Amino acid sequence: MKSKLNSEGAINFLSSILAIVAGLLFGLIILLVSNPGQAWGGFAMIIQGGFTDGIQGIGQTLYIATPVIMTGLSVGFAFKTGLFNIGATGQFTMGALAAVLVGVKCTFLPAGIHWLAAVLAAMAAGALWGALPGILKAYRNVNEVIASIMMNYIGMYLTNMVISRTVYDELKNQSQPVAASANLPKAGLNQLFPGTNINIGILIAILFVVIIYIILNKTTFGYELKACGQNPSASKYAGINAKRNIVLSMVFAGGLAGIGGALLYLAGSGKYIQVLDVLAPEGFTGISVALLGLSNPIGILFAGLFIGYITVGGYNMQLFDFAPEVIDIIIAAIIYCGALSLLFKGIINKLLSGKKKGGKQS
Amino acid sequence: MSTLYFIVQQTMYFAIPLLIVAIGGMYAERSGVINIALEGIMVMGAFAGIFFIGIMQDHMSGQGLLLLAILVAGITGGLFSLLHAFASINMKADQTISGTALNMFAPAFAIFVARMIQGVQQVQFTDTFHIARMPVLGSIPVIGDMFFKNCYITTYIGLLIFAAAAFVINRTRFGLRLRACGEHPGAADSVGVNVYRIRYAGVIISGVLAGIGGLVFVVPTSTNFNASVAGYGFLALAVLIFGQWRSNKIIKAAFFFGIMKTLASAYSAIPVIKSLPIPNEVYKMIPYLATLIVLTFLSKNSQAPRAEGIPYDKGSR
Repeated sequence: MKSKLNSEGAINFLSSILAIVAGLLFGLIILLVSNPGQAWGGFAMIIQGGFTDGIQGIGQTLYIATPVIMTGLSVGFAFKTGLFNIGATGQFTMGALAAVLVGVKCTFLPAGIHWLAAVLAAMAAGALWGALPGILKAYRNVNEVIASIMMNYIGMYLTNMVISRTVYDELKNQSQPVAASANLPKAGLNQLFPGTNINIGILIAILFVVIIYIILNKTTFGYELKACGQNPSASKYAGINAKRNIVLSMVFAGGLAGIGGALLYLAGSGKYIQVLDVLAPEGFTGISVALLGLSNPIGILFAGLFIGYITVGGYNMQLFDFAPEVIDIIIAAIIYCGALSLLFKGIINKLLSGKKKGGKQS
Repeated sequence: MSTLYFIVQQTMYFAIPLLIVAIGGMYAERSGVINIALEGIMVMGAFAGIFFIGIMQDHMSGQGLLLLAILVAGITGGLFSLLHAFASINMKADQTISGTALNMFAPAFAIFVARMIQGVQQVQFTDTFHIARMPVLGSIPVIGDMFFKNCYITTYIGLLIFAAAAFVINRTRFGLRLRACGEHPGAADSVGVNVYRIRYAGVIISGVLAGIGGLVFVVPTSTNFNASVAGYGFLALAVLIFGQWRSNKIIKAAFFFGIMKTLASAYSAIPVIKSLPIPNEVYKMIPYLATLIVLTFLSKNSQAPRAEGIPYDKGSR
């Protein structure tokens, strides 16, 4: 006997899987149309994803997944309060900026504290960048989508401005490397996954998955947030302070995305903030992760790993002369199919009821 | 004086695409469908249009080619927007999610196709469309210098589109029905208006105009297309909200942002501003900061279409 909730969760899960399959099939069609000879080899690379290079590929998957799990959590958390945080990109960038600033400048901090301080600074910067659209939404009725898009661009230019005036490497047009003590500890993970950039970042991301899960499901605050998201009028009637919750939700979301920025740029993987007029893609990937994970923290963890997995596949696919952008096309197709959940749920229900009938007859 | 002419000419380059796309977005939203996919549709339209120019420019050039490219961009945008219409009208999908999917799809698709066909992701084209000086009109003092020199035919097409779109939505039976579907689809349905069909029309019109807007944005400001319209679709959404979903306010909003954007991109050509000790990034921030500030003061009594974003279910009437 399944409870109704359980079977609904199962149907949601199944329809996500169906959406993924449909997205992958769409990707296969694109490959077949663009270059039939190489298509199957390229597609195999996508499917094998992070497993292609054995333990190194898995390490790489975890490394790519870490920041997008954080931005995914950020977007998903805001979704729960009925807010579309398209501003994870700007919050991520501001977090990266704060982390790099602390990482390069605050060398007076002791070794064990330095990286932690950088991560906390990133969290604060991201939270600030999330708070502004939240405040504007709550008190001035400004559409949070537009406000956070504007914050994305302001954050990007601000980051470029600060980087090019403080911790600038003119030769490479990027930020200077952070001090060794600001890099995230490896905690022996590099021995488990030799030859990769892995560090405790993935553990921090998992820790936040758990924290967010507990906040959303086990605390009054989380309950209030979800109530505001599902029925603003009813929650107002029940005496929930919606305005405060909107602001807090965006502060949390911003903080999560900000930490994502720290985890990427403190990884010691040779990644620096480029001074270019381009928005950070990790924030937008976070939207995909949140949608794919149905805004559920556990779902977001797996969605982030999945995105990391097929992104590694996308890099490998270049061996078959395919542009790795096909991965983005596939992800977009998956999200689109996810939006058609009504269609997929209908198919699943038909299949299930068909099975039931079959069972009765036999 | 020449600085003023320069500013006016530049403003046109930036304001016209915003105007076209925002007025397109108005059609989708006032029929009741949120179209956050404007950015992606612009990318698709610009990509198809520029690609078309790139292929055809050996055979033809000048305004005829540009007009054909605008047609291609519009049709591409309209077709691409069908995906959003299907998801949000037939499938009753979350319109934000469907729009986000389209926004992600478009640049990836443009880069992928460009790289598969020509090896690099930038699509080059030769600008044979620039009009240094319009015959007759260009020789009018002051006005000729401002509006009929250093211009593109797209400016006038954009203004024509705006006039036609404003007329249709405010003065025709179709416009009235479309507005009704965005405010109270049940009422519209009860008097025999096909809400689904009207909403399809709204989304497709927004797609056609966003596609055209994408091309109109790229042609005067660049000679290659790099799978991006620099957030213009989102800025157009901001213009739409700033313009309170009303055509007469949208045109003012579009020109406001056009001027802001001109200051941001052309500050170094304006002597007075260039001498100020302000970092160039601050100028680049101006359009976005201005948007935020303006919205802060104007959003309190927002006049968004009441049924916007809510899928219409005939059964729940």
